[in-house]
Amino acid sequence: MFADYSSSELLAIFAMQGFAGLSLFSIFVLMALGLAIIFGQMGVINMAHGEFMILGAYMTYLTSNLFEALMPGLYGAYFIVAMVVAFVSAGALGALVEWAMIRRLYHRPLDTLLATWGLSLILQQCYRSIFGAREVGVSLPDWLMGSVAVTDMIEIPINGLFVMVLTLLIAAGVYYLMYRSNWGGQVRAVVQNRPMAGAVGINTGKVDRMTFALGCGIAGVAGSAFTMIGSTGPTSGQLYIVDTFLVVVFGGAASLLGTIASAFTISQAQSTMEFFLSGSMAKVLTLLVVVGILMLRPQGLFSLKIRR
Amino acid sequence: MQKRDRNPKQQSTLRRQLLKGLMLLPAAVMLGNVQLASAEVNTTGLAVTDDTVKVGILHSITGTMAISETGSVQAEKLAIDQINAMGGVLGRQIEYIQEDGASDWPTFAEKSKKLLVNDKVAAVFGCWTSASRKAVLPVFEQYNGMLYYPTFYEGLEQSPNVIYTGQEATQQILAGLDWVMENKGAENFYLLGSDYIWPRTSNKIARKHIEKNGLKVVGEEYYPLGHTQFNSVINKIKLKKPDVVFISVVGGSNVAFYKQLKAAGIEMGKEKPLFLTISVTEDEILGIGGENIDGIYASMKYFQSLDNENNAGFVDAFKEKYGEDIVIGDVTQAAYLGPWLWKAAVEKAGSFDIDKVRAASAEIELTSAPEGYVKVHPNHHLWSKTRIGQAQTDGQYKVVYETSELIEPNPFPEGYQ
Repeated sequence: MFADYSSSELLAIFAMQGFAGLSLFSIFVLMALGLAIIFGQMGVINMAHGEFMILGAYMTYLTSNLFEALMPGLYGAYFIVAMVVAFVSAGALGALVEWAMIRRLYHRPLDTLLATWGLSLILQQCYRSIFGAREVGVSLPDWLMGSVAVTDMIEIPINGLFVMVLTLLIAAGVYYLMYRSNWGGQVRAVVQNRPMAGAVGINTGKVDRMTFALGCGIAGVAGSAFTMIGSTGPTSGQLYIVDTFLVVVFGGAASLLGTIASAFTISQAQSTMEFFLSGSMAKVLTLLVVVGILMLRPQGLFSLKIRR
Repeated sequence: MQKRDRNPKQQSTLRRQLLKGLMLLPAAVMLGNVQLASAEVNTTGLAVTDDTVKVGILHSITGTMAISETGSVQAEKLAIDQINAMGGVLGRQIEYIQEDGASDWPTFAEKSKKLLVNDKVAAVFGCWTSASRKAVLPVFEQYNGMLYYPTFYEGLEQSPNVIYTGQEATQQILAGLDWVMENKGAENFYLLGSDYIWPRTSNKIARKHIEKNGLKVVGEEYYPLGHTQFNSVINKIKLKKPDVVFISVVGGSNVAFYKQLKAAGIEMGKEKPLFLTISVTEDEILGIGGENIDGIYASMKYFQSLDNENNAGFVDAFKEKYGEDIVIGDVTQAAYLGPWLWKAAVEKAGSFDIDKVRAASAEIELTSAPEGYVKVHPNHHLWSKTRIGQAQTDGQYKVVYETSELIEPNPFPEGYQ
């Protein structure tokens, strides 16, 4: 199939396809980090993850409108502010949900699945009532638009680069929080042995709430970033939820490193296959491979070794 | 054609009823505005009183499809209001019962049964996706209801219980392809769509038409519904350098596709390649953002910017009812035609009786349609013109071409199946 093209064309296409794979990788990581924290560390299956993302997207939309109306001169900076707003609002909603609903269901994992699914429907209808059933268009500041032309053929989208940098920063931040900070130590202690963690004086209820809020907050930032590449509507969150769960389950639920490794594997496999096959076929094959590997290794790629 | 021939008996009864209806026509004209008693205008036991008639509106106002169906609901309500203000149908005010299909096909079937059996509505305006229409079709045929279906769709269907007010695939696609072949000298085509029946059927028709003209399809590709990552296909488009990318991507995927296209440094206004879509109306541009899509072409029967008196009045009325910022897409306009076509058929039949309305429906003309003159074909689809619009940064289309004649609807195109 490559006979018709010159070698410089091929080189350019492979470079761009490689970039497409990396950009998909960073998107997967961004989507899945929040869920990995909630699902992996707390064992809560949060079906409303997508809706927390869309809350972030709507916050970005509101911030953009606010900046346009009140301080058009600073419009270029709105996106940074919007991400902070998205993080805080999604995190706050997460904390509220944990307090009102999730903490009553910790011993009933299947019920959390149903309850959070119900929550996702409720949130969708709230967005629909508040923002309307139609999708909203979020406009981007100029510096996020367009692409960097490396050569005549190779063009790198700026928003793709932006998502990559953002993912790196958030992943580094989460790593620091979970593995280097005092609070992260508490979270991991609670995950490994809840009664003992409580016995040594950790407020497990508070740790749970903050963990859930952090996961939701990261979902909010992801949603905010995805306004650059996707749609913002009441049900847009559903577009991401399947891939997100796929990445987290495939990586091994309790391991953040596993999530990153799984995001890398799935994104590279998918974008390579998308290039050689049609889009639907690539998806089918990716899912088949994941199912196959999970059959052989039900705990996922990486699993935490703890004594039960 | 094959499907129509299979049922000659039904056609002849149709014709007989049509003739009967025609014989009654002078009587109806003579009576004019004189109020007819319910027993005369309604022989099917519908919810018709001396001064009201009930109809149903059946769309998704919750769930994924609410994004698209909202406009149709608004248009149908506007048409009903306007008809009521003019004195109603056969002297009866229209009352609508609205049901929510909730983007769920079994719910559509259940609600349509409720509308027909419990509420005994005289007509239903509704459905949007082909899946929802297929779900309600058996119900409408069993209980003999009348459905006015607004969406452009893949064709290959013709039910006595449905009037299709949108375009079927050949009307929309062939004119668009002919235009790019003749005016833009296009020779290579890349077909891209979401993975379900409408894009697949549309691309099948498009491919046949392209190959019939001795031109080449260099790629054909489908992505799952709701797919949000299009970088790979954008790279493939860059590599294959087609003259035209023919797109039938729908829903949230649209937003992702055009945003990523723009971010990948492809300037759509340069027309290298030229992007021709059959699935992006003004409604979708709202979510995509005009600045992300300006320069692409769309092939449809209606654009909000159409310059004629009917449309000016329609757009004004729509904005007055729903706010200045509202946009009107192709399907919204087609949905608006539904109540008017039904009114015309009922008045021609002089009755709300479903069979009589059906018989009267063929050859109904509407001169007041926002898209211009339309006529109902005996195959229950509309004769309509196809236009090409180019998307502008303000989210509107500029009409650059319009077929000179009305295009005959041909839901079973020979040689294209």
